[in-house]
Amino acid sequence: MIPGPFSYRRATSIEEAIALLQQYGGDAKVLSGGQSLIPMMKFRLAEPAVIVDINRVPGLDTIEERNGLLSIGGLVRETTLERSPLIRQRYPIIADTAEVIADPLVRNLATVGGNLAHGDPANDHPATMLALRAEVVARGPSGERVISIDDFFVDTFTTALAPDEILTEIRVPAPPPRSGGAYMKFERKVGDYAVAAAAAFLALDEARKIVRAGIGLTNVSYKPLRAEAAENALLGQAPSDELFRAAAELAAQAADPTSDLRGPAEYKRAVARTMTFRALQKALSRAQAA
Amino acid sequence: MERVPIQLTVNGQSYQVEVEPRMLLVHCIRDVLNLTGTHIGCDTTSCGACTVLWNGRPVKSCTVFAVQADGGEILTVEGLERDGQLHPVQEGFWEEHGLQCGFCTPGMMMTAVALLQENADPSEEEIRKAISGNLCRCTGYVNIVKAIQYAARKMRETVPAAVGIAGGE
Amino acid sequence: MTTTPIRGLGHPVKRKEDPRFIRGKGTYVDDVKLPGMLYLDIVRSPYAHARIKRIDTSKALAMPGVVDVITGAELEKAGLAWMPTLMSDRQMVLPTERVVYYAQEVAAVVATDRYTAADAVLAVEVEYEPLTPVLDPFKALEPGAPLVRPDREQKTNHIWHWEAGDKEKTDRIFQEAEVVVSQDLYIPRIHVCSIETCGCVVNYDRAIDKLTIWMTSQAPHAHRTVFSLVSGIPEHKIRIISPDIGGGFGGKVPVYPGYVIATYAALKLGKPIKWIEDRSENLQADSFARDYHIHAELAATRDGKIRAMRVHTVADHGAFDAAANPSKFPAGLFSVCTGSYDMEAAHVAVDGVYTNKPPGGVAYRCSFRVTEAVHTIERMVDVLADELGMDPAEIRFKNFIRPEQFPYKSPTGWEYDSGNYPATLQKALDAIGYQELRREQAERRARGELMGIGISTFTEIVGAGPSHTFDILGIKMFDSAEIRVHPTGSAIVRIGVQTQGQGHETTFAQIVAEELGLPVENILVEHGDTDTAPYGLGTYASRSTPVAGAATAVAARKIREKARLIAAHLLEVSPDDLEWRDYAFRVKGSPDRFKTMQEIAFAAYTNFPLGLEGGLEAVCYYDPPNMTFPFGAYVCVVDIDRGTGQVKVREFLAVDDCGTIINPMIVEGQIHGGLTMGLAPALFEEIVYDDNGTMLTGTFMDYLLPTAVETPHWKTDKTVTPSPHHPLGAKGVGESPTIGAPPAIVNAVVDALSHLGVRHIDIPITPAKLYQLLVEKGVAE
Repeated sequence: MIPGPFSYRRATSIEEAIALLQQYGGDAKVLSGGQSLIPMMKFRLAEPAVIVDINRVPGLDTIEERNGLLSIGGLVRETTLERSPLIRQRYPIIADTAEVIADPLVRNLATVGGNLAHGDPANDHPATMLALRAEVVARGPSGERVISIDDFFVDTFTTALAPDEILTEIRVPAPPPRSGGAYMKFERKVGDYAVAAAAAFLALDEARKIVRAGIGLTNVSYKPLRAEAAENALLGQAPSDELFRAAAELAAQAADPTSDLRGPAEYKRAVARTMTFRALQKALSRAQAA
Repeated sequence: MERVPIQLTVNGQSYQVEVEPRMLLVHCIRDVLNLTGTHIGCDTTSCGACTVLWNGRPVKSCTVFAVQADGGEILTVEGLERDGQLHPVQEGFWEEHGLQCGFCTPGMMMTAVALLQENADPSEEEIRKAISGNLCRCTGYVNIVKAIQYAARKMRETVPAAVGIAGGE
Repeated sequence: MTTTPIRGLGHPVKRKEDPRFIRGKGTYVDDVKLPGMLYLDIVRSPYAHARIKRIDTSKALAMPGVVDVITGAELEKAGLAWMPTLMSDRQMVLPTERVVYYAQEVAAVVATDRYTAADAVLAVEVEYEPLTPVLDPFKALEPGAPLVRPDREQKTNHIWHWEAGDKEKTDRIFQEAEVVVSQDLYIPRIHVCSIETCGCVVNYDRAIDKLTIWMTSQAPHAHRTVFSLVSGIPEHKIRIISPDIGGGFGGKVPVYPGYVIATYAALKLGKPIKWIEDRSENLQADSFARDYHIHAELAATRDGKIRAMRVHTVADHGAFDAAANPSKFPAGLFSVCTGSYDMEAAHVAVDGVYTNKPPGGVAYRCSFRVTEAVHTIERMVDVLADELGMDPAEIRFKNFIRPEQFPYKSPTGWEYDSGNYPATLQKALDAIGYQELRREQAERRARGELMGIGISTFTEIVGAGPSHTFDILGIKMFDSAEIRVHPTGSAIVRIGVQTQGQGHETTFAQIVAEELGLPVENILVEHGDTDTAPYGLGTYASRSTPVAGAATAVAARKIREKARLIAAHLLEVSPDDLEWRDYAFRVKGSPDRFKTMQEIAFAAYTNFPLGLEGGLEAVCYYDPPNMTFPFGAYVCVVDIDRGTGQVKVREFLAVDDCGTIINPMIVEGQIHGGLTMGLAPALFEEIVYDDNGTMLTGTFMDYLLPTAVETPHWKTDKTVTPSPHHPLGAKGVGESPTIGAPPAIVNAVVDALSHLGVRHIDIPITPAKLYQLLVEKGVAE
């Protein structure tokens, strides 16, 4: 399998990358990790006339906390993310997510920005970022704009990014006290997309009631899904298995999967329920340990 | 047709070549540089037979364009042996019968080399996870795990500098 | 006396082939590069059944770098549009009128590099008129079903009917039986997926009028004969080289159209041609295994003694019968399905059927159709145990062929050479702690947890085969070895079988080391080059050790007999006064007077007795007197996740008996690999088509090979019951675990659910399939 021919442009600054995207418009594709794009090009499912390689754009590969936010550069590799002490200690849900993406070799190149910007509902970070109420920073010809994660995913393989915009950063609110999150993915084997996966984030108040709840679901709809009804059912409640089961059921109802080789829609809904329940349990144990 | 000049340092040797932008790194290594130890086993970034170290990290060279690697350092299976001395990972695969048909072996060994650079004493579970991007159809993995454990032991017993790899991190 | 250790039978000799592989210096077909070489790529059908209305090659031909586009019309003129299969059917090389399966070869492009060739494939315009495909073999047998093969005289999709056993006696026992159980089993299509795909490099050298083909071949000699028959080129003008092969497992036994087209192109264009499949092509179009729809019945007494077995199978062979079964056995050795159990009668019938799918019926790391046979009996024994409320171990002990019954004549006509089934099962049960596991299972069940223990006590049949019964396309299934001992005591061994990872270069050297008393490192094994190796049928169906291993031992013994004469000459005694002991010829009664093989070898060239020919070499074409019957007892423990339907193999113990072991390290490695290729179809792998016949599992994203994470840490053990008829007592092992593991796993999963009334689940037991069952039984989380 051989990709179709294209012109290669290597950007050395974000401005140059954006200028190239402006110049070539819809004919151009941004190359970051390339672990989804290149296979699609081999099957000629993507045939961009121009590839804009942003891998050497400086400043897009940092992970840092500032002003109450975690900032993850768009070019941060999944391996870097999963091994980052900051991520492992303060944002284990993100480490959970990174370490189940594709396989370890793919994760050495795959980027968090690419995982989100691809707009693939089967990708893993979207659900987690939905649960965490993250924001996406996009740079375009007219500068920078911040997009709420809830507005970011538009359709299958379509995001709110304009063709001449680049995802430069993901911002995640720093975890409040007594909070915790977890990502649970069920895959048929390593390297597979999720049959269904769930990201859950919980914060408790001093009375141990749930004051913040986030639930995101992977690969159960035409786009990454936030299970709002399930979140609402948790708010103000004392956590319990019974409550989590009810929330997981609501999340499963929100899911709208399609039948395929991973199983019939009904099965995927059931797995979404199981994963949501287990993610909530794990999130709670982390919140209680926090 | 657009051709791009690139420079690659492969196994410590510098190469200047011109490639089509779409040329995959694995084809550049195999067909242009004639280093055929790196293999191709699939077209979906699944099997890992093409694994090489790119600037010290194991990657699937079928899912990297050669132009991306311009100026970079590549280590392939042919670069593991130094001064007639097998790398401990090579030795481990031989000692523990970690290979049968040998086709996945170069990629599997490159992943193992990278693992042991980061984790001198991996558990069986850690090894199994680390090689889960490399498919083997012959061995059932048990002896691959043993081979990597053999190499880990050997490397822990040896002066670290002796087994360092150029192009590593 | 030599001080270097011999390291013959039973030594875990490190493999002689490994130094090149671990250095990346193996030579696989795609590594062969010749000056001026062109690349061939193939246009494939997007339809499972369609008439080809038009092929327009003009745009492709106009592309810079494109040298040629070859279609069926051109091949037809050369008489090459069709080729014979190894099953006496015929197969399209390139179609002239219609395509009969998805991804079938439609045309081929030749270009100066692989990138241009790939582009040119997309530029070939083909206009199709889609026809209704028939994908279900039962529907294919209905009157009025679309005809898959209108080219045949018989206007039906039925290919052949085959039977074994005594129908009348079997039916009589079933009529009077106290207990009868029956079960439908489907063993789906799977694909071997060696990590190296198939391909070839073809070079025709006009100057010496010689065609050389580097080919991913498990059977280079047989392939040379087929090539000669197809092309009319004399066999001595064709050289097939099977270099290092990146896994075979049966997938590299058939002749694929790509090989033939590449050869045609090389002859036509006078340039070397390389053709290497993509993984997608390999998965979508190369031959498949299994696809057996089985209806099985057992008749038994109420106390659990099996009396008879009755099986009817519909075998989906796809559009061409291109399997590689011996010609008298269109359903392979499926009739060994009475397994390890003594019964009065059995009757087996199989019907082969054409469908609009790629050719099926090749092996998947198993002797001809034995996986299907073993799966059937090992499942049926558990079905019967469930019916009778018996423990699966107990029912096996009750029905095993007893050690004293060997050689055992099976009700379908096989003569089992040797076995000790109770001892092997007992060893497995003791080692895994069977009773303790049953106690744990009861406790877990009480807590609502699902845990199962599965047993499989299989008998394999390998080593095809005796020439009176076994041939492929008329070529008898002997195999060969040729040994030449050099003056200084080293030797070269050439064999007719071909390694694809089994370690022949080491194992066969050990056989010669043992028989001749020469150190193993001084013995070079060569194979895979038809110009130098003796004729053999190739490596598949675990036949290398049973057949070529025997040939090697016998050839070595011929050398030893000549060596005796030379030793007698050197020691100035009569040959009868010598005995072969401790790797030397010694004078009887004075063991200190001896000659080693090294000394004798030198004398064979420098000081041999008058009247004797010089040199020291021998050839053997070994015709095995019988098949060999390796066996084993496997125990598998699984846990089931009630929230996802996932099966986790917690523990798996394989106790194998493959007779005499030549290299225990290699045998253990073969078992690990075979177990993994048993796990794969049990839980992961299946080839799936949609209603149009489009394959849905055409890449590694959807055809799921297990990684190190899904694969358990296999535990192995052994018993040794030598084959009485094999010169070394060896039986072959590479495939036993692939046939033995799936029923052990399925039996474990069914066992976990047996208290809920579950008696059978078809493979692969995917999480989705199992979860549905948990829902039906009210135990899903």
